[in-house]
Amino acid sequence: MPLKRMHFQFCLQTSYKAAIKVSAALKQGHITPTELCQKCLSIIKKTKFLNAYITVSEEVALKQAEESEKRYKKGHSLGDLDGIPIAVKDNFSTSGIETTCASNMLRGYVPPYNATVVQKLLDQGALLMGKTNLDEFAMGSGSTDGVFGPVKNPWSYSKQYREKRKQKSHCENEDSNWLITGGSSGGSAAAVSAFTCFAALGSDTGGSTRNPAAHCGLVGLKPSYGLVSRHGLIPLVNSMDVPGILTRCVDDAAIVLGVLAGHDPKDSTTIQDPVKPFVLPSLTDVSKLCIGIPKEYLTPELSSEVRSLWSKAANLFESEGAKVIEVSLPHTSYSIVCYHVLCTSEVASNMARFDGLEYGHRCDIDVSTEAMYAATRREGFNDVVRGRILSGNFFLLKENYENYFVKAQKVRRLIANDFVTVFNSGVDVLLTPTTLSEAVPYTEFIKEDNRTRSAQDDIFTQAANMAGLPAVSVPMALSNQGLPIGLQFIGRAFCDQELLTIAKWFEKQVQFPVIQLQELMDDCSSVFENEKLASVSLKQ
Amino acid sequence: MAAPMLRLCCPGRRWALACIDGCSRHRRGAPNGCTSSRRRGQSSVAQQPFITAQKPRKGEHEWAAVVGLEIHAQISSKSKLFSGSQVHFAAPPNSLVSFFDASLPGTLPVLNRRCVEAAVMTGLALNCRINKKSLFDRKHYFYADLPAGYQITQQRLPIAVNGSLVYSFCAGKNRSQVINKTARVKQIQLEQDSGKSLHDDLRSQTLIDLNRAEGQLRVDANISVHHPGEPLGVRTEVKNLNSARFLAKAIDYEIQRQINELENGGEILNETRSFDSKLGCTIPMRDKEGKQDYRFMPEPNLPPLLLYDTESLPAGADPQQVIDIDRIREQLPELPSVTREKLVQQYGMLPEHSFTLLNEVGLLEFFQNVMKETRAEPKKVTSWVLNTLLGFLKQQNLAVSESPVTPSALAELLNLLDRKAISSSAAKQVFEELWRNEGKTPAQIVSEKKLELMQDQEALEQLCHAVMEGHPQVVMDVKKGNPRAINKLIGLVRKATLSRADPTVIKEILEKKLAS
Repeated sequence: MPLKRMHFQFCLQTSYKAAIKVSAALKQGHITPTELCQKCLSIIKKTKFLNAYITVSEEVALKQAEESEKRYKKGHSLGDLDGIPIAVKDNFSTSGIETTCASNMLRGYVPPYNATVVQKLLDQGALLMGKTNLDEFAMGSGSTDGVFGPVKNPWSYSKQYREKRKQKSHCENEDSNWLITGGSSGGSAAAVSAFTCFAALGSDTGGSTRNPAAHCGLVGLKPSYGLVSRHGLIPLVNSMDVPGILTRCVDDAAIVLGVLAGHDPKDSTTIQDPVKPFVLPSLTDVSKLCIGIPKEYLTPELSSEVRSLWSKAANLFESEGAKVIEVSLPHTSYSIVCYHVLCTSEVASNMARFDGLEYGHRCDIDVSTEAMYAATRREGFNDVVRGRILSGNFFLLKENYENYFVKAQKVRRLIANDFVTVFNSGVDVLLTPTTLSEAVPYTEFIKEDNRTRSAQDDIFTQAANMAGLPAVSVPMALSNQGLPIGLQFIGRAFCDQELLTIAKWFEKQVQFPVIQLQELMDDCSSVFENEKLASVSLKQ
Repeated sequence: MAAPMLRLCCPGRRWALACIDGCSRHRRGAPNGCTSSRRRGQSSVAQQPFITAQKPRKGEHEWAAVVGLEIHAQISSKSKLFSGSQVHFAAPPNSLVSFFDASLPGTLPVLNRRCVEAAVMTGLALNCRINKKSLFDRKHYFYADLPAGYQITQQRLPIAVNGSLVYSFCAGKNRSQVINKTARVKQIQLEQDSGKSLHDDLRSQTLIDLNRAEGQLRVDANISVHHPGEPLGVRTEVKNLNSARFLAKAIDYEIQRQINELENGGEILNETRSFDSKLGCTIPMRDKEGKQDYRFMPEPNLPPLLLYDTESLPAGADPQQVIDIDRIREQLPELPSVTREKLVQQYGMLPEHSFTLLNEVGLLEFFQNVMKETRAEPKKVTSWVLNTLLGFLKQQNLAVSESPVTPSALAELLNLLDRKAISSSAAKQVFEELWRNEGKTPAQIVSEKKLELMQDQEALEQLCHAVMEGHPQVVMDVKKGNPRAINKLIGLVRKATLSRADPTVIKEILEKKLAS
């Protein structure tokens, strides 16, 4: 039997409080896994225009739902995730289901195995709804640079945003002004945000889970490096990649992390020590906490709205008795350029395997093996990927290695040590912005190239990847435009549970509003009758 | 691994580098008209010639050669270095390929414990310093049989360094002078093997086999020549040598070629060459890219490899999780130099014979098993094992384990010989019969073929008498003082006994009769 019964909660779209308990509902037969699955499939169809999914695995999901239903009927549910629809970013290998990385290079590639994290979710009875959209090979911060096109932020269609726009603008073409989700796990964020599933896997190399979570009003967790297996995650930067978790509330993230965390014999970088199940206590007293505010994160590019929410959050902790202190991470300013060198170098190496021989795209040219490689890679990769491969190979050249790669590694160590120093001084968590501002319209976003955007957007997030620390973005409030703004908590390595506990307290204080998608969901209301699906939260 | 070094007789300085491979890259003849060859980039060896005392050669041509070897030896393990796939000789192509071996996206390397232990043991046997912390690196190049586009190796901090191997070779008129030499081992590194390419030139296709489990040894030899006292010459690298014989031939050829080239005013190019075993020469390999930059970088998916000794072993460590160098040291088998020394001491064996016994797989054990069951002199046994048995094996290209003559049978044969039941020539005949492997014991063969020595003194005397009667001229020659004439009589008597009489006994009888 589970340690503690956890209950899923349906929340109505209109009100966060009105909810039914999904787990209980499933158990009591008020709703069956198949019905739940069909409801999500129906929303996926309604929200197809968001471009959140690359592949919808309808048949697989329905079959899994059927199995789950049998288990519930027998009273042998596998746990908290049994029968719960989830989505997986399309850079995790899924056995028998196409895995593209949103690249021509892997179009049509069907892996013969499941990523460890996917397998663990399936072993818990979760229903795999499909594979979500991303920037090609997860290289980007907008989810705009994949071969299947950009992902649209569900908040573009929310009542909250539309009402604000009506007040401000006169008569703009609404459809052309949709917002980006952030990235690169934008498909996963949109999928969760638009209620097509309850949780989604993203990947996080420089902020790819936290950034779209912030833009889509979700909880986005990047666990400690080594806590969750990367086996089956198609790598961007092996030394920084971590499977990320996107959910609508902190408890959900904790449940999923509890399932995913632990040693994997197939990933030698995972921790050897056994991981205990994650159970988040409800924190009532924060007076013993010390919250660090890194002064270097107060950059000129930070929007005034985010800045004021950030200080509001700091005040909130302080007013509840926590110690809030300014701290310094002196090497922050070198972080982005250091990240660029290390990231592109590993990218150059990791992308070498895509040569058209064993799998994926192969061009028609067959004059020589070398010509075949060149044409295959030119056709298979977009400009962003090719650009990073070229820079990475430049940094790895014998003549440049010491000056670039080795130096960047040293800087990485300094950045990691900055965090160690701060945490050793008694700070429990760092509180920072996740993004510079709220989500911007697509037309605005593409004015800058991918590299510039990534450098700007990763600014608050990638240091945690370089230091291997757990970090979580929690939605705090809506901006003046009615768009979500999230703040980030960064914790000590392998103190993910403590981090989430504080995040949960914060979440409870700020009462972030639920996205209102009535217009979008109008047709769905009949499906849900009186209980419109909004979000799932887990209450003990 | 060391065998090739025994054959190196080139003058000058030399150094050795040993690499331990997950599997070797040696390839065999290709089926169906495919030509099997492999074209690869240049060597990954960072050559660091050692400065040692010079021994300039006397004479007009003062040339010194520097030879460095990169030895790729396949580790005898059940599975591959970084994946759970099995290793089998001659398995169908691509039948032993894990997702990792095929470099499917998202797969990660997992280090095989057995391979690490084998590398540590090799390092200990070669007097290396074992690095308690070693690192893995990626070496990048594009090649069809390298599916990941990089090879995982140990470039920066290998598992073992600074070793040495003392070896001996026999010199002098009768190869009776044993000379000791020391080859230095720069490093031992664990390295993933690439696959195998089969080039079908007719159909201009390349077929790839990712099993990577053929052959056991492959050597790349780096060779340069220079005048003693002057800077080292430009080196060439002769790649993919797969036998000690070819290695020696290739090195000898390449040294001579470089000397000739330089003496004729030419220059040596820093290039990779291959050895044509039919023509006995080295030829430049096609290498379009010119000098390769392998863009080494740390392998991020493998944490540093940590080894422990009894002192540093963490308390309560799970023996399955840690590798204890001292425990491996205890498991180290007797090293060949010690075994050879024992053979010389125990049996009074010539040093060169001890080398031959150890150089052939299974031969020492064969010898020792014969020794257990025979009363024959060790020298006699050595001679039979090294000359007769080994000769037969070589002639038919058989391994010791495939010998139709068992140690017991040879021991029995040598016992018959030892108690003079048969003559040496009869013994050879019995051995030939045993070799045919018809299930008969030496005693049975002797009795069936009537090979036992004539023990009947009276009958022998009668035969001698008859021969002397029949050949009065020869008897006269003997009596006139021709010492060789008696041999003719002995031969005639032996012929009459169908070679079953001991010539010394015949000689005794004849001498007695001739004197009377």
